[in-house]
Amino acid sequence: MQLITVAGSPSVGKTSVILRVAELLGRQGLAVGVVKLDSLSTSDDQLYAQKGLPVAVGLAGSICPDHYFVSNIEDCLAWGQRQGLDLLFSESAGLCNRCSPHIQGVMAVCVVDALAGVHTPKKIGPMLRLADLAVITKGDIVSQVEREVFAYQVRLANPGARAFFCNGITGQGASDLAAAIARAAPTHSLEGQRLRFPMPAAVCPYCVGETAIGETHQRGNVKKMRFADQTEVTP
Amino acid sequence: MSAIASLPLDELLIQHSCVRDFIDSLGLEIQESAEPLGIWLDRLPDEDILDAGMERPQILAHAERLIQEVARMEDGSGAGVASLTLIGGRDKNGTPEQARISVRAGEVLCIVGPTGSGKSRLLADIECLAQGDTPTGRRILIDGAVPDEERRTVLDRKLVAQLSQNMNFVVDLGVRDFIGLHAQCRMVAEPEIMVERVIACANDLTGEKFGPETSVTQLSGGQTRALMIADAALLSASPVVLIDEIENAGVDRRRALELLIGGEKIVFISTHDPLLALRGDRRIVIRNGGIAGILETSPEERENLERIERVDATLMEIRERLRRGLRIESPVRWPQ
Repeated sequence: MQLITVAGSPSVGKTSVILRVAELLGRQGLAVGVVKLDSLSTSDDQLYAQKGLPVAVGLAGSICPDHYFVSNIEDCLAWGQRQGLDLLFSESAGLCNRCSPHIQGVMAVCVVDALAGVHTPKKIGPMLRLADLAVITKGDIVSQVEREVFAYQVRLANPGARAFFCNGITGQGASDLAAAIARAAPTHSLEGQRLRFPMPAAVCPYCVGETAIGETHQRGNVKKMRFADQTEVTP
Repeated sequence: MSAIASLPLDELLIQHSCVRDFIDSLGLEIQESAEPLGIWLDRLPDEDILDAGMERPQILAHAERLIQEVARMEDGSGAGVASLTLIGGRDKNGTPEQARISVRAGEVLCIVGPTGSGKSRLLADIECLAQGDTPTGRRILIDGAVPDEERRTVLDRKLVAQLSQNMNFVVDLGVRDFIGLHAQCRMVAEPEIMVERVIACANDLTGEKFGPETSVTQLSGGQTRALMIADAALLSASPVVLIDEIENAGVDRRRALELLIGGEKIVFISTHDPLLALRGDRRIVIRNGGIAGILETSPEERENLERIERVDATLMEIRERLRRGLRIESPVRWPQ
């Protein structure tokens, strides 16, 4: 089975892109399924089900979606294998631009939204920089100039990736993307595999439910802001 | 260890400003010194590396790829396209289109047909350089051959630029900075001069002038169109330009076409405007989703075009009077 990790900020159009590509791959006779990982709630599973795609849903709730992803991806792979799939998409929302859900040896796709503005590609971290394929959505509603500048910025942010424009509404551009995805190497097991980069760290009392504000509650992995108008304070 | 790791920072940062931008975007502070990049990275605290979101070897490999990519962008100034060939597919009923149309650089083709007949679909087929993979089954050849996959998907040097009706500006920048951003990513030799040229050309196309400090989001429909056409003609890398209607936008259509033709572009315009349709070399007639015919502009039509232009000039004069708050009471004399 081929595993494809798809990541991108909320509402960039990950689901639409996957639906378009899955339709094309399905027509080629591949059994395609999706695991949708989200934070609080999702109704995208219905969209997948409507298209006849097997779908499993995971909600991270109060956990960082990336951490939730990596602790569940093996089980997702096993699910896909039980369903007899040829190709499994994992779709996960990157919430903090520092997300890093890509696995070594597993094809990684990052979806970015041209509406987010030409400086956005620079601000996205490993999710874009370490992806194999970058997909730009909503290119049809920005000016030609911004499209060109955005594509250039994506190329600078990840000079190794292949980048595609894909319109999730009309499907324009989906066939080239589907061809690239179909060439992904198979993933039989994730045992012992590594992430391409450490995930955002988060171990402090607030991670586990602390709500009180104040220095005494800030323990564990705490990082403080530095202000230019104050001289360096030694902790 | 890669070669780039042993490059001293001062040499690296001066020769390759893209590396400085990249390291800035990682949130790391870098200063010119004789220290090699590899040693500088090794000396950074692990915590900074974790914040940056890339491991040291990844940073080195990225910087190396970046330098190669920028070099490739600089010398690959986009090979021109001499001709584009459109091979017909089928209409909405599945009836095959009997069409094979070749268009040369510097030629303008208009696309005419009722609303909803499939003009935009044809533009979309050209935009994605369809290879029988769209609902119409049409195919597009570049210089007589199927474009290779790399050519179809190289993003910032795309073969086809599209100026569509429903575009928006997302960035809030002045016109000069906005076009400057484009000039920078096109790696133009003298960006400031190019920006001034684009703005002057755009002002030449529209009745309502705008200054270089005007925010792009405040431009009127006509000014926006004029700016995008001037930019496509002078600055865009794409040898093929698709335009979705320019009428009613207060743009000097004749000059706009001349500008695009002068840039040796292959131009497709979807239009209902006689001034545009008759100015093109040929026009494609669309009916029921398919190409129903191709009309070459005849000498009689060209003669009529001159008459229509005079009528249009008279109308423009009336519009101008209205704008200035004058009355339209003297009998209108239509030119013969």
